[in-house]
Order: sequence, then structure tokens, then C-alpha cells
Amino acid sequence: MKETKYWTWHMAAGAALLFLLGLHMLIMHTGGFAQWFAPHGNGADSPQNSLFRDGKLFFTLTYVLMLAVALYHGLYGLRTMLFELTFGPAAEKTITVILVAAGLGLFGLGTWAAVAAHAIALAGARG
Amino acid sequence: MAEARRHENKLGLWGWLGGGRWGIERYAYALHRLTGLGILFYFLLHIVVTSLRAKGIYLWAAGGILHNSFFKVGEFLVFSAFAYHALNGIRLILVELGFAVGKPIEPVYPYQSSLNVQRPLLVAMMILALVLLAAGGYTALAR
Repeated sequence: MKETKYWTWHMAAGAALLFLLGLHMLIMHTGGFAQWFAPHGNGADSPQNSLFRDGKLFFTLTYVLMLAVALYHGLYGLRTMLFELTFGPAAEKTITVILVAAGLGLFGLGTWAAVAAHAIALAGARG
Repeated sequence: MAEARRHENKLGLWGWLGGGRWGIERYAYALHRLTGLGILFYFLLHIVVTSLRAKGIYLWAAGGILHNSFFKVGEFLVFSAFAYHALNGIRLILVELGFAVGKPIEPVYPYQSSLNVQRPLLVAMMILALVLLAAGGYTALAR
């Protein structure tokens, strides 16, 4: 029952990613759309444009949300694939612990970076 | 609650990748997993690399070690994997929820397979994936 719930979340996370990652791809990789979110020229991924987006709360929040959703979807998918190799229960528990720890660690790193970059961008905007 | 019955995977990795006679949908599923692994690998690196911006390090910008044509090609490969994985993922969710597989019918010989019923969905999703790939390829070449 618990695994069914996790699997349903995995599918829901995939659907959410379709929107979040789709938006990310549109902003980063399409010239016309990117101009709204990359006003400084030099490409959407230039440091100036990255800082511009980091200064917007909307982007900071969606980065953190995307991070959480994508890490869950990706790491749960990996866990499912590994479990299909039918290891013993002890090995499965170890895999789960490692993946949860890796997920939490990367979520912490990414969230810290998004919040720190937001603060840096705001401080820069204030001069 | 009774514990779920476990079935040993005697095929190992081939159990992941092999579709046997289950049709092209099964191979599309195997490719879904391969692209998923590729995207996950990229994503984990992406988190670390983009987090460095909080320290003022932009490895992907002009002058950075990731600013070269090798990584531009790699970026397009990731986009291709994303386009395939996303659209095939929509198909898998629809099928899992019972859409596009036809209504249950009496098992009368010659038996009908639900695989043939869901084939148009696979074709439609792959056409959409190709359109996305063409758009992504055009954008990548234009940059």
C-alpha cells in the first residue's frame, strides 16, 4: 500500500516536472521567450541574466520546488530500477537509506544556493 | 497486511532492457528508463554546477570550463532525452491510468491484445517528440 502511494507520487511528480522543466527549457533554450527573463543579452545563461532571475522570488521558489520534485522523481525511479534486480531486504534498505541521504543532501545544497543567490541578487540591485 | 510476493529477477539486466515479444511499447519503456538514467546523471551534476553560482562561479559562462562545443552537443543530447522521456512518460501515465488501452472484453479466441489498441498513442507521442527534437535542434544550431 505504501509503495503504491510512493509510485503515485512518482507519477504526479513526473506530471509536475513536465510543466516546471518545460518552463525551464523554454526560458533557457528559446531565444524569443527568453528575452522576457534575460534582458541583458549574451544568452539566457549569462551571469547577468542568471542574477536577474535569481533576484525574482518566483524563480527562487520554482527552483526549490523543481529541485524537490525532480530529485524525488529521479531517485525514486532509480530505486525502482535497482529493486527490480531483486536484492535481499537488507540491501534494499541500504539502497533506500543512501538514496534518501543523497536526495536530502542535494536538496539542501540546491536550496542553499537558490536562497544565497537570491540574497546576492537583491543586495546587488540595492547597490 | 500481507507482505507483497517477491518474484526473483532471473534475467538480471536483460530483465530491464529486453522486450522479448512484448512489442515496441516494451522497448519504448526500456528506452524510457535509459533516458531517465541519463537525465538523472546530468541533473545531479547540474545541481552541483549551478549551486556554485552562489559563490560567484559560473562554469558554463564564457571563459568557464563548460563553455565549449563538446558540452553544447551534450546539452542537445540531454534535451533530446528530455523530449523523449517526457512524451513517453505521458503515454505511460495514460496507460497506467487505464486510458487508451480499450475496454475489457471476453477472452474469445483469437485473443485481442491491448498492445495493438494503444499503438496509436505511441505513434502520436513519438511524432510530438520528433517535433520537439526538430525545434530543439534548430534552436541549438541557431545559437
